[in-house]
Formats: sequence, C-alpha cells, structure tokens
Amino acid sequence: MAGVNGQQVGVAPPREAGISGSAGLCVQGLTYRFDGEEPLFEGLNLEVPKGQFVSIVAASGMGKTTLFRLLAGLLQPESGTITAAGTGPEQQAPSGRRIIGYMPQRDCLMPWRTVLDNAAIGLELAGVSKREARRRVLELLPELGLAGTEAKYPHELSGGMRQRVSFLRSLLAGGELLLLDEPFSALDAMTRVSMQQWLLQVWEKHRKTILFITHDIDEALLLSDQVLVAASRPITKLEPLDVVLPRPRTYETTLDERFVHLKRQLLRQLGRISSGEGGVS
Amino acid sequence: MKMLKEKLPILLFILLLAACWELGTLVFDIPPYIIPRLSDVFAAIGHHAALLGKHFALTLWEALLGLAFSVLFGVLSAIWIESSSLARKTIYPLIVASQTIPIIALSPIMVMWFGYEMGSKVAVVILFTFFPIAVNTADGFRTADREIGELLRSMGAGKVQLFLKWKIPSALPSFFTGFKMAAAISVGGATLGEWLGGESGLGVYTKRAANMLRGDDVFAGVLLLSLMGVALFVAAQFIERLVLGRRQA
Repeated sequence: MAGVNGQQVGVAPPREAGISGSAGLCVQGLTYRFDGEEPLFEGLNLEVPKGQFVSIVAASGMGKTTLFRLLAGLLQPESGTITAAGTGPEQQAPSGRRIIGYMPQRDCLMPWRTVLDNAAIGLELAGVSKREARRRVLELLPELGLAGTEAKYPHELSGGMRQRVSFLRSLLAGGELLLLDEPFSALDAMTRVSMQQWLLQVWEKHRKTILFITHDIDEALLLSDQVLVAASRPITKLEPLDVVLPRPRTYETTLDERFVHLKRQLLRQLGRISSGEGGVS
Repeated sequence: MKMLKEKLPILLFILLLAACWELGTLVFDIPPYIIPRLSDVFAAIGHHAALLGKHFALTLWEALLGLAFSVLFGVLSAIWIESSSLARKTIYPLIVASQTIPIIALSPIMVMWFGYEMGSKVAVVILFTFFPIAVNTADGFRTADREIGELLRSMGAGKVQLFLKWKIPSALPSFFTGFKMAAAISVGGATLGEWLGGESGLGVYTKRAANMLRGDDVFAGVLLLSLMGVALFVAAQFIERLVLGRRQA
C-alpha cells in the first residue's frame, strides 16, 4: 500500500494511523444531518476489509446516497473520520480530498466525450497524459466486454454498455475503493442479471474493495462477501450478515439451498427491523 | 445525393414562389414601384453588380465585426454570471430586462456616441446580437448536469478543471443556439445602423433607391441582404457541426 489519503479530525496522525492494515474503508463515529433536520447518521462505525465486496441494503429514504456522498468527500461530516486505503500519493487531489471510484446510479457519462475519453477522465484529472490514459483504457476495454466501442458516443450505447463504461471510469479513477450506488437499478431485469454476472467476473479478477448500495436482496447476496443492513433511523449501526457462499459465483448460485437460507435470514433481519422500529416499509 | 433529396422540396418551393412573383406581376400588371418583376430585380443586380458588391462587402463586414464582439462580450458576461453569484443576481436580470428597451429607439444613441462611421453600425449589431449569445450561454452553464460535476469532484477535479472539462462542454450546444440566432439577426442590425446615417452599405443603397422610387433596385438590395442573413446562419450552423461533431444524436 503506497499510502493513506485520509481525512482526520483533530491532530494530524502519522499517515497509517487511522486505519488498520487490512481495512479498505474505515468510518468512525460518523454523524451527519441536513440543516435543521434529524440526523441521518449518528456515531456510525463501518469497516470494509480490503479486497472485499460489501453491500448495504436499506429502505429508500434512509440516506444511503448521502452516506456515499460523505464517503466520496462531496459532503463534510459533522463529526467522525473517514479513511480510505490504497490511494497512491500520485493520485491524491491537490486539495487532499479522498480519491475514490464513485459509480453513480445514473451513468453520468459525458455526452461530449467518446467511450475512450469518458473512461479516461479520472486518469486525466490525476495528471496522467492523455495518451497514456487512453492506452490504459484501451487495454481494459476487451475484458470489460467493451472491445470496439472506444470511438462511440454514450448515446450510441445501450443502458448496460453505458454502465460498463461508467464502471470502468470508476475503476480507473484511482484508489482501491469503489463506491457503487445502485448501478443496475435502472436496467431491465434481463440486462440486470447479465450485468451482475459481468460484475462478478470483473471483480473476481481485480479484487478492488467495493461498497455496493442496493435495495435488491438477491443482488446483494449474489455479489457480496458481507451484507450490511441499515437498522434504524438515524442509522447508528449496520447489522452485518456474512455471505458464506463459495466463489466464483454465477447466477446459478441464487438457486442454491444455502443462498435461499441466507435470503430468508436477511429478510427476517429486515422484517424484524421494520416491525421493531416501524419506520421502514 | 442524400443532401440533395433533403433540400429538394425547399428548392422547388422557392422556384415556385419565384414563378408566382414573375407571373403575378405580369398578369396583374402591378406597377414596378410597388412590386417590380423578379427578372427586373435580377437585371438590376446584374446592372449594378460592381456597386452592389462593394456595398454588400461593407454590410457583411459590419455584421461580422459586430457578431465577433457580441461573441466576446456575450461569453465573457456569461462566464461572469456563472462564476459570481452576485453577478447572477444583479447582471443577469438586468441583461434580461434590457430586452424590454426597444433596440430601434436606442440605436440613434449609438450614432450620437460612435458617429456616422463604422463604429455606430457595429454598435447597433452588438445591440441586436449580444443578448441571445449572453443569455443562452449563461443558461448553458447553469443547466450543466450537476451529477457529472459532482462525479468529477469526487475524482479530484478542481475549480479550473471543472470549468474546462464540465461547464464549457456542457454549455456549447446552448451557446451555438444563441450564436445561430445572432448570426441571422446581425444583418438586420447592420442595415438599421446604416439607415440611421451612413455613406455606404446595402442599407444605405436600399434607402436611396426607395427615395428615388426605384423598386427594382430596392428589391435587389433586400434580396442580397436576406441572402447574406441566410449565408451567415448557414455558416454558423456549419461551425456548430464542426465543433459539436457526433456528440448529439
């Protein structure tokens, strides 16, 4: 690990101090509220081990996207620390912000850029030369199933293909941590299944740390090493469920007895929460 | 070939209108100082070709110069409005409100300020063309996709990078909408500027011809002026396609 680009509250500690050696993302005591409203998060702790795929499942309106914006450094927490590992010094922003690969719900591809230049934007912003950035994108296109699309514009691609480009863009944004915010929610059911299989393949090859937000329980179980359930509002803790299913997984895995067992367990967890708190539908 | 097929209806329609003009003036025996025959108008153009060419060049030059200044001032104002919230709250509404001032009434002031030479004509063109460019460009900046901006910020983009890689490309289509409008009306601005006082230019030419009740010469000037407007619009559209390329569906 080249270094840690973290944002620390209080005295500046040594570079590695805020994070244990194996954590890809470490959140401690996170509190945040919108002005004049009830807090969304209060004293939230969250740790994603390096190289793991972790999903957050929560009802809508729980502040999932706000959490992502906090993690991405787009919002400043009221209190607490957020540390992401694996951001090399050459990829640090001048402002000292965390550089993470953020994949938004909408693909947000720039209509004025080709696939090649859309995917290369992160490298470009990090100061990599345009030529080198393009070379690195071209290298990755085939394995992401995007071979031959480099000169196309976003409006010339299907929804699934656009999300692949969006994923590639976050993969190349620098940093070991990828934040995926319901990336497949806008796709039709068939495309979604094929994109889930695609993501499994790509991730099993690259093994980046991924934090994935979804409201689709099957999707969360199929993809993740661990599923975190948002328990209450404000979110003070996330209840973990370890997904002990062998990898590599395919869509067949969802028919596995153990998968069904885990799904029942997760549903019970969600159900118990909604009956207990009454705030979640 | 495809282009020809696309343009064929409008070409035929123009020919039909021309035929109606020519035959109509003949059949209904309309006096030439009301509507001259089209063939007489062409003859008038041919007859004074050299003179008209000189006037045409001057008017075109005034329009182009005014347009260039409008692009400069318009884009700079849009950038100012975009980068300062105070400017957005003060300058922007003022620019919009300024459109309630009848430009035609304002134009003589340009003559008082800039004299009877080139300056006043260019100033009137700027009066006509500044607004569509400034407002469209400012709107283009303002309506840039916020999520794309946030995404770039999450990847470490600073203020300058956000402007260059997000705001400017986002605003380009709107800018060109304004630019095309401005190109089309710039000829009108130049003509009005010439009417208010001047020595040459197609506006002066048509005004003189009208004073002499020379219908064919008036229409010759008007025809050339509208051709100039169309040509400027088409040129602006060409630049737009060149810059935007394939990015739009």
